[in-house]
Amino acid sequence: MSGKTLYDKLWDDHVVYTEDDGSALIYIDRHLVHEVTSPQAFEGLRLANRKPWRAARNLAVADHNVPTTDRDKGIADPVSRLQVETLDQNCAEFGITEFDMNDDRQGIVHVIGPEQGATLPGMTVVCGDSHTSTHGASGALAFGIGTSEVEHVLATQCLIQKKAKNLLIKVNGKTGPGVTAKDIVLAIIGKIGTAGGNGYTIEFAGSAIRDLSMEGRMTVCNMAIEAGARAGLVAVDDVTIDYYRDRPYSPKGNDWFMAERYWQRLHSDDDAVFDKVIELDAASIRPQVTWGTSPELVVAVDQNVPDPAQEPDAVKRQSMIRALEYMDLKAGQAITDIAVDKIFIGSCTNSRIEDLRAAAVVAKGKKLADNIKLALVVPGSGLVKRQAEAEGLDKIFIEAGFEWRDPGCSMCLAMNADRLEEGERCASTSNRNFEGRQGYGGRTHLVSPAMAAAAGIAGHFVDVSSWEVQQ
Amino acid sequence: MRAFTQVTALVAPLDRANVDTDAIIPKQFLKSIRRAGFGPYLFDEWRYLDHGEPDMDCTHRPVNKDFVLNKPEYKGAEILLTRENFGCGSSREHAPWALEDFGFRAIIAPSFADIFYNNCFKNGLLPIALPAEQVDELFKELTQGYQLTIDLDQQQITTPSGKKIAFAIDEERKYRLFNGLDDIALSLQHAEQIKTYEAERAKRAPWLFAE
Ligand code: SF4
Repeated sequence: MSGKTLYDKLWDDHVVYTEDDGSALIYIDRHLVHEVTSPQAFEGLRLANRKPWRAARNLAVADHNVPTTDRDKGIADPVSRLQVETLDQNCAEFGITEFDMNDDRQGIVHVIGPEQGATLPGMTVVCGDSHTSTHGASGALAFGIGTSEVEHVLATQCLIQKKAKNLLIKVNGKTGPGVTAKDIVLAIIGKIGTAGGNGYTIEFAGSAIRDLSMEGRMTVCNMAIEAGARAGLVAVDDVTIDYYRDRPYSPKGNDWFMAERYWQRLHSDDDAVFDKVIELDAASIRPQVTWGTSPELVVAVDQNVPDPAQEPDAVKRQSMIRALEYMDLKAGQAITDIAVDKIFIGSCTNSRIEDLRAAAVVAKGKKLADNIKLALVVPGSGLVKRQAEAEGLDKIFIEAGFEWRDPGCSMCLAMNADRLEEGERCASTSNRNFEGRQGYGGRTHLVSPAMAAAAGIAGHFVDVSSWEVQQ
Repeated sequence: MRAFTQVTALVAPLDRANVDTDAIIPKQFLKSIRRAGFGPYLFDEWRYLDHGEPDMDCTHRPVNKDFVLNKPEYKGAEILLTRENFGCGSSREHAPWALEDFGFRAIIAPSFADIFYNNCFKNGLLPIALPAEQVDELFKELTQGYQLTIDLDQQQITTPSGKKIAFAIDEERKYRLFNGLDDIALSLQHAEQIKTYEAERAKRAPWLFAE
């Protein structure tokens, strides 16, 4: 018999029982809850007179709707306020731990999970949010679920699932200067497409992935969903184990040693068989910029906007034409000629301390270009914010003309007051460039934190890998 | 949940690939804490010429007459015919809620995003994945008043000319949808097994069970 993949191991460890047709009841170790996808689930519990199966395995935080300024004044928008207050009430009623809006530990749900050690290697982690894939960076099986499933997990601590297939994506070799985890994952999506991972769990491997910090691996796994896969994984190694040492919710004492032993087997066996394997050469990856309204519409910064006329597939050609129209771009235009109006550095993809450091390196001692109307830096959590301030990053950003905000999802999806106006163009470190995502009629280009900061300084996209030298 | 047995209904064509959940129901509607009433906002940005907000009265909003669901010939359509990777993007269950609330019972496409596909079954919606050529043929065949009959038990679509198209579906999902069963009640029938699993796992991974 051949060996097991990491996904096989995680799956097998969590099966409560399997039906004849292959669907299984799997046990959930950690359920993260936020205000947008939970109210209807709590309502369902209440209506059916059910209690959470194990309240202690849930952790809640408000992130999507929270304001990023003047937080002590509360939430101005009554609809947003009601949603956040509903979460507070539900958590109080059902005995679920919540980091409320004014807690230092509050932040984007996918940032605080690992930060607190609330999501650990070997766990099954779910949340009513597709970017739950982020937590797979620790070797956890983590994926987004719908609101009915949120209710199901609350009530049973289990989920009905079918096992996905195994996809291995190997990024071999070493990345060049200025190329980050974000560029790696955008390049992967550019190669396999937004449906490339449908039906699979992706394991990211290869030396370029191993070389990433935990935060970099989170950025990669975060966007597994943009590659069509519900879950992304990275095998456990020393980087993983060191990261989780001494986190507030990490195991302590003897439990830690037991956990460490268990975690060390969380990698695919040498003879494991994957249903599909895709390889990329890290050295060929350049800093990436999306030009369209789907993350797969991406090119390297030193390339030009592609020409739909060259696309043989009619359906794809049509979506390219639509995308160019929406984005107000012309085929053949150089990416570096695209001027931007706003900069957004934040989101569960790129709002951790290393992301902020990378952006600060670029912004240090410079000023935003005159055409930039607004540049936001939104840390992923209160603790990230505090750390950044201790390192003086806030001052670097403020002196360069950026606004230094309070943690939350912010302009990643513009559910709060932070948004693009119609026709505005944004260099954004978030994960989705769909039509209207960052505000009605807004145009989003997905980039790394350093690329976003550099676009703010130059006023248009620039290649950070050579740009820094010229400055 | 509404059971799905057999449906004969008008088909509306949405000739686009990669229709994401932001397009199906834009994010401002996620602020609602309710579960019903999203139908009027389905495809809001494509359907209306102004910007929609939750709880807005849609009866007087300016509509985009070119959008397929606004065309009189597709009024009352219960089957949506569309292209590949339908429902990609965010996991919001508001997308199937909106489709269901609008009146759709089934969606036919070459492929669906995983989470969306899953969410459909929890809300009485039947997503049917057919080979791209077959979907293309349906698009070509579609004329005014075009109806399909979908029989879940037989796993079969019948076209107006009487042609039968078979489709695949998991047994378990079919059973639940066919009977309109609640997942939680079914899972709780296994409560003892869940407890046994927890006791056994707590020995291997005690740190997960420290309250
Ligand atoms: S930061 Fe963006 S992608 Fe991440 S959870 Fe918030 S809204 Fe979703």
